[in-house]
Amino acid sequence: MSAADAIRNQVMWDRLIAVVEEQAQALLRTAFSTIVREAGDLSAGVFDMEGRMLAQAVTGTPGHVNSMAESVKHFIDIFPVETMKEGDHYITNDPWRGTGHLNDFVVTTPAFHDGKMVGLFSCTSHLIDIGGIGFGPDGHDVFAEGLNIPFLKICDRGTMDANVMAMIRANTRLPVETEGDVYSLISCNEIGAKRLSEMMGEYALTTLEPLAEHIISASYKAAMERVAALPKGTTRYSMTIDGLDKPVDLVAALTVAEDGVHVDFDGTSGTAKKGINVPMAYTRAYTAFGLMAALAKGIPNNSGSLSVWHIEAPEGCILNAPRGLPVSSRHIIGQMLPDVMFGCLEPLIPDVVPAEGTSCLWNITLRGQAEGNTLGRHGFAVTITTNGGTGARPAADGLSATAFPSGVKGSPVEIMEQAAPVVIWKKELREGSGGSGKYRGGDGQVIEIENRFGQSMEVLAAFDRIDHPPRGRAGGGNGANGSVSLSDGTKLRGKGTQEIPAGKRLCLETPGGGGFGKAEAAE
Amino acid sequence: MSQVRLAIDIGGTFTDVVLDTGDGKVNTTKVLTTPKAPEDGALTGMMAVLDAGGLKPGDVDLILHGTTLATNALIERKGAKTALIATEGFRDVLAIGYEDRYDQYDIAIVKAPALIDKPLRFTVPERVAVDGSVLKPLDEAAVRALVPQIKAAGVEAVAVALIHAYAAPAHERRIGEILAEALPGVSVSLSSSVSPEAREFERTMTTSVNAYVQPLMAGYLKRYEDRLTAEGFHAPVLLMTSGGGLTTIETARQFPVRLVESGPAGGAILAAEVARACGEDKVLSFDMGGTTAKICLIDDGVPNTARVFEVDRQSRFTKGSGLPIRIPVIEMIEIGAGGGSIAKVDAMKRIAVGPHSAGSDPGPVAYARGGTEPTVTDADLTLGKLDPDDFAGGRITLDAAGAAAAVKRVVGDPIGLDAAMAAYGICEIVDENMANAARVHAVENGADVASRTLIAFGGAAPLHAGRLAQKLGIDKVIIPAHAGVGSAVGFLYAPVSFEVVRSAFVPIDTMDHEAVASMFAEMDALVRPVVTAAVAESEVTATRTAYLRYMGQGHEVPVVVPEDFDATSLREAFEAAYSALFGRTIAGAAIEAMSWSLALSAPARAERMTETATGDTTAKPRTLFVPEDEATAEVSAFPRAALTDGTSVAGPALVTEAATTTIVPSGYTAALNVDGHLILTRTTKAQEIAA
Repeated sequence: MSAADAIRNQVMWDRLIAVVEEQAQALLRTAFSTIVREAGDLSAGVFDMEGRMLAQAVTGTPGHVNSMAESVKHFIDIFPVETMKEGDHYITNDPWRGTGHLNDFVVTTPAFHDGKMVGLFSCTSHLIDIGGIGFGPDGHDVFAEGLNIPFLKICDRGTMDANVMAMIRANTRLPVETEGDVYSLISCNEIGAKRLSEMMGEYALTTLEPLAEHIISASYKAAMERVAALPKGTTRYSMTIDGLDKPVDLVAALTVAEDGVHVDFDGTSGTAKKGINVPMAYTRAYTAFGLMAALAKGIPNNSGSLSVWHIEAPEGCILNAPRGLPVSSRHIIGQMLPDVMFGCLEPLIPDVVPAEGTSCLWNITLRGQAEGNTLGRHGFAVTITTNGGTGARPAADGLSATAFPSGVKGSPVEIMEQAAPVVIWKKELREGSGGSGKYRGGDGQVIEIENRFGQSMEVLAAFDRIDHPPRGRAGGGNGANGSVSLSDGTKLRGKGTQEIPAGKRLCLETPGGGGFGKAEAAE
Repeated sequence: MSQVRLAIDIGGTFTDVVLDTGDGKVNTTKVLTTPKAPEDGALTGMMAVLDAGGLKPGDVDLILHGTTLATNALIERKGAKTALIATEGFRDVLAIGYEDRYDQYDIAIVKAPALIDKPLRFTVPERVAVDGSVLKPLDEAAVRALVPQIKAAGVEAVAVALIHAYAAPAHERRIGEILAEALPGVSVSLSSSVSPEAREFERTMTTSVNAYVQPLMAGYLKRYEDRLTAEGFHAPVLLMTSGGGLTTIETARQFPVRLVESGPAGGAILAAEVARACGEDKVLSFDMGGTTAKICLIDDGVPNTARVFEVDRQSRFTKGSGLPIRIPVIEMIEIGAGGGSIAKVDAMKRIAVGPHSAGSDPGPVAYARGGTEPTVTDADLTLGKLDPDDFAGGRITLDAAGAAAAVKRVVGDPIGLDAAMAAYGICEIVDENMANAARVHAVENGADVASRTLIAFGGAAPLHAGRLAQKLGIDKVIIPAHAGVGSAVGFLYAPVSFEVVRSAFVPIDTMDHEAVASMFAEMDALVRPVVTAAVAESEVTATRTAYLRYMGQGHEVPVVVPEDFDATSLREAFEAAYSALFGRTIAGAAIEAMSWSLALSAPARAERMTETATGDTTAKPRTLFVPEDEATAEVSAFPRAALTDGTSVAGPALVTEAATTTIVPSGYTAALNVDGHLILTRTTKAQEIAA
């Protein structure tokens, strides 16, 4: 490779990253789902003919990205690339081979240049309602959690499959929005494919493979260099969280080896009766995110950099839930996994890893009757994204009211009150909730919500760290526990659908992050 | 009768002054900004150009002014002691923000501290619902009870931002009245006046920023007016806004947040004027200085606008790390790519350029003022794009050997490139960064970048514009006259205008036409006095815009509201705009309006600017790295004046002038047009060059 070729490879790599960013922006701007459009719960990426992810958009959230990357391989196993035509689009929401629960639709699209297929684009976003019992952990199996769309071709050479669309519309409480979101996913892949073809025209490329090899091998090498700098050996960490009706132990052994980092979740608790179980794809996604963030800063996510992490969990444990189990709220436990990784890495890189944080989103999913709605029980369904505090870092306080590891934004109060008949009476920082220490954990929030029209409504609770707060590190104090209650003082459970009686407010206190270092050493 | 006008742009480092005597002649000067009393530097420059033009202060008919004072006060956190009054339960809107992290994979990020500290964030019992109805009346006694605390804290400005105040401003107005009475001398900003749009974080932030910079701007404007009077100026002063319009001093005092980023807006206005003069209806403007590059789309001579932008990014130029401000602005994408941007090699042996900049101190290695990290300027010099003995009009001698050594040491050695190839790599990456930013920006606006004309100005832009055009597939590049003081020249062509945006959720199919019309009438009553304070009523034209979306979506598409609007015409306009952006429409989906805007504007002056370059016309030989050959070649450097006789030069070549150098790449020719603008035209197809 000449020096000019090397520079050109880099330029094209940068271009691919720009293309997927465009793809993600298009999705963000056309989405109907409030959790996508206001909170950014989506992801987008470009893949080579073997289904290897070459670039992902910075916009989006990690649980989606790494699991979507795996999903594309399933798409091309089921629909061989030789059979794909320009204008085809494929869809699924399979939790085990998609991104972990039925609410996430994954759309994959072949990209063509000069009439020849050259790669694939894939994207995913979180839809507000996919039928079943709604977005919460109450289901006893995945069938109760809504419509399951197997791997299907939804658009054949530009013609939408009306049957599939009709089936989707008939199985959601929000048919217009859900259909609109399917179009939004398709459009964003189309935009990505168009840009890719333009780039290949400009550089007179007929195939992406040499560029793909370059991206993957350079990223792999860079990540392996980071791994090689770590001492070889095995470390362990265990973290207990609330779980459903009994606490869940998340146990991991991390081994630094010649071929990368191995993580084994052996010892982790078994599956739960309701929907907080985690499919392996989602476990891999958030575990890899924790490793990338702690060990591979500055190296882009792609199948090269991701291939140095070898992640296993025994089948039947809560982190490798067998097919058929309920998984709707798999994010609660999945988002705890970076904390477990940081615990394992503390002996190796004590100056890098933060204390434990709230980690799982405190998404407030509410539903009830809309004003004047006589059509059914559930006139509205809304998910309000909120957060607690993050863990303190070795050289800085934790972040208050901030999503980590999820990459989504909080929902604006004024927009949520437009989307649903609720009044959010309070949304303030929960002072002093961050753990004490040389550096303090981030503060959580205090939130109060009431039905605007004096009716009862339901909360589909999916909260954790109520009994088991985020722990401090290196002598730092624990963050404050979370709490869920009614305005009359009645305690609510952290998980499951519960009624907010008319005239009562739902009161939430989101957890604070753990502190770092001993408090008396504070500067 | 021609008007004598002065335009002054106070930037962070330099204050640019342009004197326009109306007879086609323009005098310009650059003086150092005097941060402690910016009016001193401005007056120095103003007197200098007047002297040079043989004029006196009393001869000036109009003064046009732009300043980064408000921006700098924000960045340096040197604004007023500011308090916030919010709805009970919402004390921490500024601290909670978006609840996100601007860099997903960096676990060490630190967010900017809230603009107003917790002890000065107060709340009062009151609550309005999304439809504007009152859920809880305002507790006026609680407002009065805050007065002693606000006084005791020595607060100079108060921001009032209540939930849903854009829909029902009565509570905010009442608080404003109570404070005006109880706290004379304290300036008060109401969110329902400053930024009446939904989304509490942005509205609260915008109102807080307005309050924060208000005392400072009011003080500055007063001193400036006094100095002008003392020096014998009688001319009215108009201020440049970030929306690209001119407004009165009174409005600037009331809404100083509208002045943030007015300098770059001036640059876009210049590009728009050049676009009109050259008959270019689709333009990409490209402004590249020492630290950043700014890119703006200009359609039919009008720069694109937006309603929100970020200032003071915590992590330089990382989207999401700054303070969001929701006001009408000229929409620009700004990236950390300038002459001073520092190059290095990252973990994957990739060349990374910027966003960190060597600035002017120590500056690039070539300045020999202590800089050790190679910059884009060092790469440009290594490639022969700059003449070490004739930089900045010969005022600075550049250290070519030092620059090349730093380029090789930091970038070349780790990846096995010699100095020239490493320098070429640095330029390729910075040019690609800018090209990608332009592409993403264009796509977000549904525009095709390749069919556009590039208008490039700012010290570093002409060095990179040719390559950028090649990368974007652009056929024509214009380097305007007076490009070095582009923003100030732009002020001369800015219209007097003002725009307000108001949120009002309206389903289009069941729209109450009367209600919408009366809302526009209210907005008109608010804006018209602002504009007619500066221009005659008869010159004013109105543009009404609806921000529409499919019901359930979160992002709106702007659509011009026709005189006789109805549900059908709005639907048709929306579907056309949506389809242009996203390639399809959604059958059967309802459409709703989220916000509405009214802009009143009076046209800027019509005379076009011309320039005849003068001076030495002798071409000099220069050794330039030619990317297509991956080798250096002997080429000619033509002074801009050498082209005044109609000479056309073919690339690879250079065109030099005091403030900058234009690279004419292979496949392009360069010539001056009738107005003295330098035009680069492509003669070879892009693919042949890239291949």
